Amino acid sequence: MPDLQKLLPPPLRRPPKPGHPDGSGNGAVAHREGAAPASPVTDDPGRRAAAGAKDAPVDLVGWIDERMGGSGFLTAMLLRKVPKGTNWFYTLGSATLFAFVVQAVTGVFLAMYYTPSPVEAYASITHLTNDVFLGEFVRGMHKWGASVMVILVFVHMGRTFFFGAYKYPRELNWVIGVVLLILTMVMGFTGYLLPFDQRSYWATIVGVNINGTGPLIGPYLSDFLRAGPEFGATTLSRFYAIHMLLVPGAIIALIGAHLYLVVKLGTTAPPWLRADRKPADARSQPVDAIADGGNGRAT
Amino acid sequence: MKPVGYFEGESMTRRRAFTVAGGALGGIAGAAIVLPALGFAVAPIFEQPEEDWQAVGELADFVPETYVPRVITIVQGIGEAGKSTVYVRQGSAELGEDPDSYVAISTRCAHLGCPVRFVQAAGNFICPCHGGVYGFQGEVIGGPPVRPLDRFQTRVTGRFVEIGPRYSVTSQLEPVRARDPGEFTGGVWEYLYPPRPTTAAPPSS
Repeated sequence: MPDLQKLLPPPLRRPPKPGHPDGSGNGAVAHREGAAPASPVTDDPGRRAAAGAKDAPVDLVGWIDERMGGSGFLTAMLLRKVPKGTNWFYTLGSATLFAFVVQAVTGVFLAMYYTPSPVEAYASITHLTNDVFLGEFVRGMHKWGASVMVILVFVHMGRTFFFGAYKYPRELNWVIGVVLLILTMVMGFTGYLLPFDQRSYWATIVGVNINGTGPLIGPYLSDFLRAGPEFGATTLSRFYAIHMLLVPGAIIALIGAHLYLVVKLGTTAPPWLRADRKPADARSQPVDAIADGGNGRAT
Repeated sequence: MKPVGYFEGESMTRRRAFTVAGGALGGIAGAAIVLPALGFAVAPIFEQPEEDWQAVGELADFVPETYVPRVITIVQGIGEAGKSTVYVRQGSAELGEDPDSYVAISTRCAHLGCPVRFVQAAGNFICPCHGGVYGFQGEVIGGPPVRPLDRFQTRVTGRFVEIGPRYSVTSQLEPVRARDPGEFTGGVWEYLYPPRPTTAAPPSS
């Protein structure tokens, strides 16, 4: 197995570990200084071509990085330190992000066949599901993926709550997450109407009327959602526009802010790791080896 | 002594003036796009639909003792989704109604808008969704509905019964402007659930 670190341009490589002069062995020091290439120059044209091909991805990434300068950000994000005790529960946010990406991709392709008109919507859905090649699969991904995303959002929120990861200085990220939860619910609500079968139609009638029960602004809110006093000609296209343009845009922007804060603030250690240890000790020593410093909390 | 960066007689620096002007221009440009777009999106709240009267049958089709179902078109041009069933009967002298008038009960449940049906044997309207039950005049006799069933205005043109705009009623069956399902009528609720421009005035009773 070739050392993957050597394939990366110098700024993207993992920094050397403390106590090791270079961290990845042969050639890395030279490379980091931008001097000699990894493969020795030979006179054999075949070997030279192979060496050139091997360097091509490095050169390409290096070319982009020289002009864009994203390697510092990528290094900070991908190779950032995480607390001891980080475990599988910390993958729930990424899983939610993946579910959203699945929804976005399948949604784009569903939009190629869907007609948001009250007269044609149901027929376009049955055509898409029954006639289009793999249509049932793509629609099924979108339909079941929606439920998966809602479940993952809630489990992710539960993880954040029970691990205490919402506390200072991460309150703002919790607030952004709550807005994302609401937007996910809006996606579920608006998307539910689109197949335009009996279940969709009546569930939307009920949902819009629940919105209308809010005092003072409720009646106007339901008029806004329906585009009029009754379920009308543009209600479906209104829901469609909210579902595929308005809310996804807001979700993408807020996911960006959410991830920025995660990278900037870092993640929290699980609550079962003692908080009264110094960070350096926490990384290098087992729990029993820590002197408790006379605070009476030794186990 | 004038502050640093100020010329004689100036109330702000050139840099400050350009910052304010640039911000103001950007704000005006943004508002010029956003305000019309918002107005475009919320315009339907302020539109009053045209009054539409539809004939549902001849006078002899309806009796005071029971309801006859009729299908009317609430919204034109959207197929089945724009249609709704209406239960029609003649006014009943026994119930204190004018025998020359006609009563048209909306099937839109006053709880959350599911379609109720009239069950002949019980003489009640029953909602399939959450168990709302209404009596013969549409008054609530069970379940979660917050007010009696809505009605439509009726009139007689020649020998035909015609159905007009929707209106809601209070628990005393007094007409008020149409409310959405789930909204109480009468008393203070008339202010907590204000009437909307999209609804027609109720008939004068």
